[in-house]
Amino acid sequence: MSEIAFLGAVELGLVYAFVGIGVYLAFRVLDFPDLTVDGSFPLGAAVAGVLFVSGLDPWTASLAAILAGACAGLVTATLNQRFGILHLLASILTMIALFSINLRVMGRPNIALINQPTILSPFYGLGLPEQYVRPLVVLVMVVIAVILVARFLNSDFGLAMRATGVNPRMARAQGIDTGVHIYVGMALANGLVGLAGALFAQTNGFADVTTGIGTIVVGLAAVIVGETLFRPRLVIWALVGCVVGSVIYRIAIQFALSADAIGLQASDLNLVTAVLVAVALILPRLRRGRAAA
Amino acid sequence: MLKRVAATALVGLLALPAAAEEVSVAVTAIVEHPALDAARDGIRDGLADLGFKVGENLKFSYESAQGNPATAAQIARKFIGEAPNVIVPISTPSAQAVVAGTKDIPVVFTAVTDPVGAGLVADAARPGGNVTGVSDMSPIPDHLALIREITPGVARLGIIYNPGEANSVALANRLKELAPGAGMQIVEANATKTAEVQQAARSLVGKVDAIYIPTDNTVVSALEAAVQVAEQNRIPLYAGDTDSVPRGAIAAIGFNYYDIGLQTAQIVARVLKGEAPGSIPVTQAQGTDLIVNPGAAEKMGVTIPEAVISRANTVVK
Repeated sequence: MSEIAFLGAVELGLVYAFVGIGVYLAFRVLDFPDLTVDGSFPLGAAVAGVLFVSGLDPWTASLAAILAGACAGLVTATLNQRFGILHLLASILTMIALFSINLRVMGRPNIALINQPTILSPFYGLGLPEQYVRPLVVLVMVVIAVILVARFLNSDFGLAMRATGVNPRMARAQGIDTGVHIYVGMALANGLVGLAGALFAQTNGFADVTTGIGTIVVGLAAVIVGETLFRPRLVIWALVGCVVGSVIYRIAIQFALSADAIGLQASDLNLVTAVLVAVALILPRLRRGRAAA
Repeated sequence: MLKRVAATALVGLLALPAAAEEVSVAVTAIVEHPALDAARDGIRDGLADLGFKVGENLKFSYESAQGNPATAAQIARKFIGEAPNVIVPISTPSAQAVVAGTKDIPVVFTAVTDPVGAGLVADAARPGGNVTGVSDMSPIPDHLALIREITPGVARLGIIYNPGEANSVALANRLKELAPGAGMQIVEANATKTAEVQQAARSLVGKVDAIYIPTDNTVVSALEAAVQVAEQNRIPLYAGDTDSVPRGAIAAIGFNYYDIGLQTAQIVARVLKGEAPGSIPVTQAQGTDLIVNPGAAEKMGVTIPEAVISRANTVVK
């Protein structure tokens, strides 16, 4: 694996770390299996893409992408809380609706952002090669996000949100308005995913309606690989686990791409990726088994 | 042990001069699909005809993103890191990921319908920089003329395409622009996945006099579903690519992706011989082969005129 390929994998892993954190919030903290992310990821890319092309500054465009993602999360939460639609189904409805909405937002299926100014542009002139600048800038943003989300989850409001996920009936008995926490949590989760979409568009030069496919799988892989590695008791380590898990997932794919030397074909990529992630999941278990024996 | 290391080093040194003459071409596509695979094979065979042979003086690598744009981005980085002599991305998202990642390595894209709209080049005639390629914009005026000739009564022409595919939207816009000039009006039906193609075809029944399937990855993958609806309701169905005619379309002009691969290979070879990509204009894919399927036409209640059959390059039995 070349240096550029490795750094590219790290960079993409860091971009998808926002998805990992979002999926962690919905799936683990709120216990809300949320497929909205397959739509809110390209929504973030679409909103940011359209605003860049119309000349808005990249930071405002990225902020708009976060808000758009948050709105998508609110729609899912509303379908579930206000109208009693099963959470999985509610998120699927939002996801498929977003495909059409993303096409409307962009006006076409693909927006090119090559040579557009992005939030990364000001950092390119600082002397470091581009392939280092991109992961470093995204890393700084990820660190800020991890600190903010950890502080949020350890605040009184955040603790109530965690209680909502663990035992909603008990939470309500303690006077917690579980509905509010689900709305806020889903908005936060999908806002982070929208930001990931906006960053993906900026680091790769295009926004495309098809970028959402499989986002939930990537997010879940990040969460689970992170949990396996860190076995976290503290929220902060769970969040760090999402970030590390996301980067490992991308490095695994990069290895899968380089696996043609051992007789594998391009069409085997998905299988190789699945096997690599499965091994990452099984190894710690085997180690534990041996320690017990 | 030391001897073995020395021997290995010696062999390595001896191999160097041969390795220095080898050129490398890295090809990537967004998805594996008969037309895109044909383009890839065309590139490889075309390069062989021009003196760049796999196993002799050419290292040819290929990766598919399996439909996932994030994987396309990773493949782009992999190839950029390997620094081959030329990178050949097939399809719009693959090309964008590669072009966004490198300003140095020559890029020759192919099977991109609207390269200017996709941001790959600012000017198709003078691309500049490290990028050029082959556009697969269908010869729409020729296709409309063929439909006119075989079925003169067509006033409303239905098209089925995936609104999520950049290439297809570019084609649909071109059709809407040119159809009035051919005395036709376009009626659209959308299918975002292969499972929706049959329903989209049904939605056109009663509303159109003929159906045209553009070179859309989703719809062409499920062509048989549309053909079935067309046969049951006796609506003539035409295609934008020749590969679809043996599968049940009445006729098509030109456009075989293997040929597009061969055309791409010529440009790749020019770059390998030292020409700057930016000085080579973006080429329009050529397609002049006429292929007809009288059996399919009969099932759709159409007789192909003798004049068309006699000038066809291929008649499907």
